[in-house]
Amino acid sequence: MSRILPPTTALTQPYWEGCKAGELKLQRCTACGEHQFYPRTLCSHCGAATLEWISACGAGTVASFTVVRRGISDAYPAPYIVALVDLAEGPRMMSNIVDAEPERVFVGATVAVDFSAWSEDVSLPVFRLTDNGVIS
Amino acid sequence: MANKGLKGEVAIVGAADTAVGKLPGRTPAELCVEAAMAAMADAGIDKSQVDGLVTCNAMAQPMLYHAEAIAEYLQIFPRYCISVGAGGGTTFSIVHHAASAIVTGMADVILISMADSMRSGLTREQAMLVQSSTGHPQFEQPYGPTVPAYYALIAQAHMAQYGTTESQFAEIAVAARAWAARNPAAQMREPITVEDVLASRMIADPLHLLDCSLVSDGGSAIIMTSAERARDFPHDPVYLLGAGEGHSHEHISQAHDLTTSAARESGARAYAMAGVGPGDLDLAQLYDCFTPTVLVELEDLGFCDKGEGGAFAESGALRPGGSLPVNTHGGLLSHCHPGNPGSMFALTESVWQLRHTAGERQVADAELALVHAQGGIMSSHTTLILGRDR
Ligand SMILES: [Zn+2]
Repeated sequence: MSRILPPTTALTQPYWEGCKAGELKLQRCTACGEHQFYPRTLCSHCGAATLEWISACGAGTVASFTVVRRGISDAYPAPYIVALVDLAEGPRMMSNIVDAEPERVFVGATVAVDFSAWSEDVSLPVFRLTDNGVIS
Repeated sequence: MANKGLKGEVAIVGAADTAVGKLPGRTPAELCVEAAMAAMADAGIDKSQVDGLVTCNAMAQPMLYHAEAIAEYLQIFPRYCISVGAGGGTTFSIVHHAASAIVTGMADVILISMADSMRSGLTREQAMLVQSSTGHPQFEQPYGPTVPAYYALIAQAHMAQYGTTESQFAEIAVAARAWAARNPAAQMREPITVEDVLASRMIADPLHLLDCSLVSDGGSAIIMTSAERARDFPHDPVYLLGAGEGHSHEHISQAHDLTTSAARESGARAYAMAGVGPGDLDLAQLYDCFTPTVLVELEDLGFCDKGEGGAFAESGALRPGGSLPVNTHGGLLSHCHPGNPGSMFALTESVWQLRHTAGERQVADAELALVHAQGGIMSSHTTLILGRDR
């Protein structure tokens, strides 16, 4: 059994290609300057359709998290951490926090992006605690 | 803009549940039909008098044209026939729509019937699909979030923001069980303590097994008609006095606020239509797929201040004899939870409470009840206010 793979679409192609190349790609609106996630055809802040891809710095903080004790399938050995991460650029995304003792994760902890192979072709952004999660 | 047009215009005149729990060998369609026939019997009508039918799909028996299939099974030929899918919020958004259909003349007598067999009817593949099909297919599902995990994210955020504790969430499960102990139809009736909840195994931190709702088979149905016709039925009519919806997101990672929900908007709209406030209600049935859901709803529907939900629950307010009886049938946590039809049972319970026929769990002199459900992950909210008087 393999982990759930995201279906790719033409619009989101730059995002998945970025993941494979080790870069977290976000859309930025050239009309209002805001960033957004997930990728869309229009800006979720002002509605403009003038969006460009930028590389996020990869820093974020934990908005919330949970330790899943009963995995969704055999491909997801528990425990694992599902988190909502607020990126430095503004948008929030769901991800996993990897290689962390659950006790060390807290709301507000600082994290940095890394990339993990979900299959031969697909990599996903995951996050690691930076400096035990505390801003140094 | 408040929609005042529905206040006191329609009433529930029939209500019935099937048995709940583990009902092997019964298909969801059979349970749906059984609930429908029982609700019609309760209303004292024949199936030929039903000219509107609303259902929701069953995960254990998905159908492309669900309501049409149930109409065919029953051999009724309605002029208004629709199946609606809004997760746990389905039931009350349907009541909202059905009320509008009656007021606008689309139908005169509407049967709402829902059933599913989440406990005995799901194949392994269907069960996996139910679990893994929640969440954004590209940007959430691959990370392996389970349904409890989504609500755990809300609970954890509430704990960090307001200092809410696991014991306070646990009290919500304890109160539900205390009500279920008084309900012979409930699936789980053995009283539990906060310690029991905290000692039950962790599912997704901070949610323990007993913070999670049940998995059940079962069906439930109501009959709605105009307030004018309602007086001709055998039981006291239960009038719809307020209805409001709020829709804020689909995926939890897109919620603008993890700890405040669109129950604020749905509640405000329902209160405005009914011309009442939270302090006027005799009881509330609040969607309780997981304990933090109730805690956020208590706050957003104005029963306590934002951030005070934990202390409010801890005071014992929700229990039998408390200041705000909540989920007097035992809720999804202790009565039953057959998936999307789950909050139908909160509706039929409200009907019995307002008819004053709820037996050992009757809230004395109940005149006004609020029922609230949400679907998705705190995404899609509907609040109804029901009363004995127009
Ligand atoms: Zn913009």
